[in-house]
Amino acid sequence: MILNATFLAAFLGAALVLALPERWARGVALAAALAGLGFAASAFSGYDNAPGAPHFQFVTQAPWVPALGISFHTGADGISLALLVLTGIIAVAGVLFSWNVAHRPRAFFAFYLVIIGGVYGVFQSFDLFLLFVFYEIVIIPKYFLISAWGSTNREYGAMKLTMYSAAGSALVLLAILATSAASGAHTFDLLALADPSRASFAPAFQAWVFPVMFVGFAVLAGLWPLHTWAPTGHVAAPTAVSMLLAGVVMKLGSYGALRVAMTLFPIGLAQWKFPIAVLAAAGILLGALVALAQRDLKFTVGYSSIAHMGFVLLGLMTLNLSGLGGAVLQMFSHGIIGGLLFAVVGRMIYDRTHTRDIAELGAMGLARTLPFAAATFTVASVASMGLPGFSGFIAEFTILKGAWMAFPPLLIPAGLGVVVTVAFTLIALQRTFFPAGEAPAPPPLPPITPPEKLGALLLMAATLAVGLFPSVLLDPILRSFESPLMRTLIQGGPR
Amino acid sequence: MSPLLAALAPEAVLLVTALAVLGLGVSIPRARNAATSLALVGGILSAATLRFCPGGGVFLGGMISLTPLAGILQLVVLGLALVAIVFAADSFPDAHFAEALALILFAALGMMLLCATDDLLMIFLALELTSLPLYVLAAFEKSRQAPAEAALKYFLVGSVSAAFLLYGISLIFGVTGTTNLHALSSFPGPGDPLLLAGMVMVLCGFAFKVAAVPFQLWAPDVYEGAPTAAAALIASGSKVAAVFILAKFLFGGLGPWAGSMGAPGWAPVLAVAAAASMVLGNLAALVQSNVKRLLAYSAIANGGYLLLGLASGEPASLPAVLFYVIIYALTTAGAFGVVILVEKSRGGSRLEDFDGLSKSSPGLAICLLVFLMSLAGIPPLAGFFGKFYLFATALENPGLIWLVALAVALNAISLYYYLIVLKHALVLPAPDGGHFAAPAPTPTPTRALVAALALLVLAAGLFPNLLLTPLTRSLRPATAAESAPACLP
Repeated sequence: MILNATFLAAFLGAALVLALPERWARGVALAAALAGLGFAASAFSGYDNAPGAPHFQFVTQAPWVPALGISFHTGADGISLALLVLTGIIAVAGVLFSWNVAHRPRAFFAFYLVIIGGVYGVFQSFDLFLLFVFYEIVIIPKYFLISAWGSTNREYGAMKLTMYSAAGSALVLLAILATSAASGAHTFDLLALADPSRASFAPAFQAWVFPVMFVGFAVLAGLWPLHTWAPTGHVAAPTAVSMLLAGVVMKLGSYGALRVAMTLFPIGLAQWKFPIAVLAAAGILLGALVALAQRDLKFTVGYSSIAHMGFVLLGLMTLNLSGLGGAVLQMFSHGIIGGLLFAVVGRMIYDRTHTRDIAELGAMGLARTLPFAAATFTVASVASMGLPGFSGFIAEFTILKGAWMAFPPLLIPAGLGVVVTVAFTLIALQRTFFPAGEAPAPPPLPPITPPEKLGALLLMAATLAVGLFPSVLLDPILRSFESPLMRTLIQGGPR
Repeated sequence: MSPLLAALAPEAVLLVTALAVLGLGVSIPRARNAATSLALVGGILSAATLRFCPGGGVFLGGMISLTPLAGILQLVVLGLALVAIVFAADSFPDAHFAEALALILFAALGMMLLCATDDLLMIFLALELTSLPLYVLAAFEKSRQAPAEAALKYFLVGSVSAAFLLYGISLIFGVTGTTNLHALSSFPGPGDPLLLAGMVMVLCGFAFKVAAVPFQLWAPDVYEGAPTAAAALIASGSKVAAVFILAKFLFGGLGPWAGSMGAPGWAPVLAVAAAASMVLGNLAALVQSNVKRLLAYSAIANGGYLLLGLASGEPASLPAVLFYVIIYALTTAGAFGVVILVEKSRGGSRLEDFDGLSKSSPGLAICLLVFLMSLAGIPPLAGFFGKFYLFATALENPGLIWLVALAVALNAISLYYYLIVLKHALVLPAPDGGHFAAPAPTPTPTRALVAALALLVLAAGLFPNLLLTPLTRSLRPATAAESAPACLP
């Protein structure tokens, strides 16, 4: 029940925001986000990681539509819990970074909390129908948040992002329907469908349904070349929504791919893993190269997300413990770092300067006028480059280790991607905040507000904590791959 | 009282009400509120009779067949007619207002009879009883040219399809010697080409009511030109009754003639019509600038989804089809309710007329969001479960995977045009900086009903069993204990 409380708090918060007067909106939203984080964190700390303990804990199971074999089945393992905590952290930080939303705040925070609730739901669902319901709930509020509160080219960005999401969902829906029909088991329960004692799906069926479902999910994870919604959408979105998109919504895609597509169809996975790994490596390298060419700071960050999510997908395809565990850790890590980068660019800088052009920003002497923003962006950049001590290092290092074992040739583009990532991050950091010539007289800008500082500190603390003590997250994540559902993924492992 | 009359008590109450409303209209022409109240009281009385004293049984050799399932469907179409009566108060002109209500009641009577028969002749009669009042309702604003033209189109296409239907029935009767659906089902298959021709002609007659391709031409003009309350009834109640009787005709009467891809039968015909309707409806809706026209193309697309459910040829898909059409009818009726209120305050139903709706009446905007997202199949609204269930049962027939894939893809596309409407309602500001905002919304019956429909759509999405359990229970073969006891001596 403590898991269900996460999304219930969010949905209840959304209803309350609408029902209460406008001046309470952000307070209620913050309370709902904090409550969700509290529930997620207490579930995480309450998770029994002892060797004999069950893999899926906090399980709730009740019939929902028995005529179709649909049940309300939620639970969590280490993977779910890491992502639930991530959602909680991003949700709280997002509200703090939207403290200044003045245009229709009730609708803004209601839509915002609906997304949060949907994301919480996906990460704990073990019934395909339920998972898909939560997955779809996330789509629509994104459209309104971007088109009504966004900036550059917002209506185009919002519709493009929504239609890509809808197309991905359509693939997932078709695959779920076909899976249920092919199983003949009259159930949508993931654990029942993936039960190793059951006859597995026919190889010919897996050969087409796996790519359909995987690509459907991976559209949301920014799989190259279906990633183009992400930069335009991220740039058009208001700050909190960019944070959500990069921080957690893209993780819905990689999570669904891992939890559903890969566990249900091991034969299809074995057939398709190399092509997908190639696309992932292409995403790492090309995302980084395109980021290098950007003049708009938010686009730089947007394309860096593609590169970082490429690492997640590459890690998933390695099918060894190092790569898979690293992929999940990278989901968490990029969620925090991506959120932080978008917070600095969108809220701290753009809301004050009304430009995101790197050259124009460089002329403003931001390091002197907004020292906190400069410091935060420096920390985020260093974390994003994957320097030791931050979460990104341990995640990308373990993924590369796993990739070395699985696909040695792909280490070349992925390694180059790492180098280019360092290059574009340093260039963006230097040109924006520390340009060569001294700015003559920097124009005064409004100072960074306390909610922004609080949100930034929260995210920085999270990435540092995971960087310094990775085992807190990594141990439960790695143990998750021993469960009957997940262990079939590890090649050569116990079957 | 004869058992037949006792069984038909709800219909009798409705008929008396319709005549009384007509009489009231003739004697006191301006009594709008009195006419509405009388029609509502009569309708509710009829519904109460139906609900609490259900007459069960088969009469006149299957001409009247009152099964528990028919009872549920009758209740639904009657409810939708009452919705149209409430909407009529905000949508029909003053002249001949009572007559309009009487026509709605007559159409409702036709729909109820349509739900409760096993005989092809009675199906034809009930369809005509439904259609004729709807033709008149569509032509109600005869002072303007567009509605008159639309109604003429509706009437002409309707008459042609009625001719198809009647000719098809005569062919089927000529070969088999019966018009009873149960008797028909004992014929092994459409070996006789005459029978095949008869079957296709009957299907054409039904395709008109469902607004399926190639009999969809009337829908956009009628939806746009008819008084909006009449369009709501055409889109909701009339569709529920037509889809139910089509399903009964196919699964009950022509069950053994389903055929498959490669073998002649009705299933492949429906699959092709379904694909054409989904493609045409969804693609044409993308470019509409009037919300009522958009809803018409959405209706064509939804007709396609319904035919898809039937095209599986599996009787197991019957509850899915019925669930879908009932939810579709409730949702689309609600959407028309919102259109009526917008027309009343802004004077039109173009996309621009919805600008700034969330500012002038936030509740109405939320209701519109619920209805359109349900139509787009977004959870947790009922339209999503309806589609999911429909597609899942259609896949019981593995040969239909191409059609389901097409439907799922087009459904994703449909999100685009629904979002365009919602963009106008929820995102864009009101024209002229908002001074155009409607006067403070007063709680009218229409407004309350729209809110109730939105809640219903949400509730049925969260708890599909609310509707699914009665449907599936009534589909099980009735046992002696379950057959309804006679209510009247």
